[in-house]
Amino acid sequence: MISINNIAKGFSEKPVIEGVSAEFETGKCNLIIGASGSGKTVLMKCLVGLITPDAGEIIYDGENFSRMNEDAKKIMRRKIGMLFQGSALFDSKTVEQNIMFPLDMFSNDTRAEKQKRVDMVLDRVNLTDAHKKFPAEISGGMKKRVGIARSIVLNPQYLFCDEPNSGLDPQTSLVIDKLIREITTEYNITTVIYTHDMNSVMEIGDRILYMYQGKKEWEGNSKEIIFSKNEKLNSFIFASEFLQDAKDMRMLEVSGKIDENRNMDKLLKG
Amino acid sequence: MKIFTSFGEFILMLKGMFTKPENWRMYWKELMHQCVELGIGSLGIVSIVAVFIGAVSTLQTSYQFISPIIPRSVIAQIVRDTVILEFAPTITCVVLAGVVGSKISSELGNMRVSEQIDALEIMGINTKAYLILPKITAALITIPMLVVLAMVLGIWGGRFVGEVTGILPTEIFDRGLLEAFVPYNVKFALVKAYTFALIITAIPAYFGYNVKGGALEIGRASTTAVVSSCIIILLADYVLATILL
Ligand SMILES: Nc1ncnc2c1ncn2[C@@H]1O[C@H](COP(=O)(O)OP(=O)(O)O)[C@@H](O)[C@H]1O
Ligand SMILES: [Mg+2]
Repeated sequence: MISINNIAKGFSEKPVIEGVSAEFETGKCNLIIGASGSGKTVLMKCLVGLITPDAGEIIYDGENFSRMNEDAKKIMRRKIGMLFQGSALFDSKTVEQNIMFPLDMFSNDTRAEKQKRVDMVLDRVNLTDAHKKFPAEISGGMKKRVGIARSIVLNPQYLFCDEPNSGLDPQTSLVIDKLIREITTEYNITTVIYTHDMNSVMEIGDRILYMYQGKKEWEGNSKEIIFSKNEKLNSFIFASEFLQDAKDMRMLEVSGKIDENRNMDKLLKG
Repeated sequence: MKIFTSFGEFILMLKGMFTKPENWRMYWKELMHQCVELGIGSLGIVSIVAVFIGAVSTLQTSYQFISPIIPRSVIAQIVRDTVILEFAPTITCVVLAGVVGSKISSELGNMRVSEQIDALEIMGINTKAYLILPKITAALITIPMLVVLAMVLGIWGGRFVGEVTGILPTEIFDRGLLEAFVPYNVKFALVKAYTFALIITAIPAYFGYNVKGGALEIGRASTTAVVSSCIIILLADYVLATILL
């Protein structure tokens, strides 16, 4: 579990994050949602120590990350995996070398053991024919998968994903979401996902935190979000008329007025 | 004012490079990789520049050399000394500032902008140590060697041109080459080479590592990096000449 207490961060007097507190549970997909520019990436970089917050505490399973010195932070980071918005693969290395890199740097395994691990994680993300390709030669969805494979290769306890769906088509998005969720439960990882993707929210939102202009505006899960009366949240999540209708439908479904097969004959007949 | 802040950041960056490597073998591999990239990668351009500079030195020295009293073998001495003292170290490094400097700053800038540097930091790697130190070290190893090569090729270029144009037969050139030779000059040139090697890697690394923004800023950073390293090379050249000669 990761707890954050009153995190604040500003850039040259302009506040970006203002006093955010939250808890992220182990084995769950914890979502942070919010419009572009609402400070999601900044919050995430604070959490992993790429940016030092101006105030507040970050506690990883009882260990106070904010009070650690640089060396302790470096060791802590080895328990953290991260998927970047643009995948951040090393362009000069092949897919296989990208994933091998953390192993080469930090593990004392033999060459064969490392190779086995690389094959295993690539297999896990369903990439079996891209080992020797360079990042420039593969599609956006494949890059994300390689990014996921690289972030889990050292068996992290914590996984951060910054907009795992940005730039992907809806179908590929779902595949990536599903993959992240499976990995989270399979390895009991504390996963924190930053997104503004509606589908992810409904599909994998075990816990959802809604950020609005640097503040926590709403907190709950994907069931509660449908019934939420928070106007800012509603207009953000259910932005289009189509989604509003979908929300109404889901409400009816959840409250038992429509059965799970979406059999609406009764309703339509009046 | 900004220049002082930048200078402070630059010093902090250099200081930040010195930590215990996470894995010696990987750092060694990276160092070797950089030696090949920077050293072998610049062999061609350095050789071409050196030969031509030597050749032109012979032609121009002989053109300016009209007094019949002074023996013609002195031309060889002048070519030797200018090549060793100035042309081989300074011109080579100014050229390398363009070749190596833009490469370093755009490589690091791209890694910064596409979050590859963040990805390394997340893994718990000191990116200053892993990305910058091997480049500087590789330059300190290979650039003095390239400068020595440039001396040899420069003098050879001068000798060759003297022969083919009939300005100065090789027997006379070779005799001049051995006259009044001051070994200290080579030492001085090497001091320059080490200084310039540091300049043309550390400065572009600073600009590349600290890029903010996108592709446009990467290009801008590499221009700034090359221009400022060239200027600082020339300044350092002047300062070293004042102190050491
Ligand atoms: N390094 C920085 N310096 C100054 N401002 C920044 C920096 N990083 C982010 N910001 C600002 O913080 C705000 C939040 O950005 P970000 O966290 O990237 O949003 P998003 O929720 O889309 O990920 C933006 O207004 C951005 O301009
Ligand atoms: Mg973002």
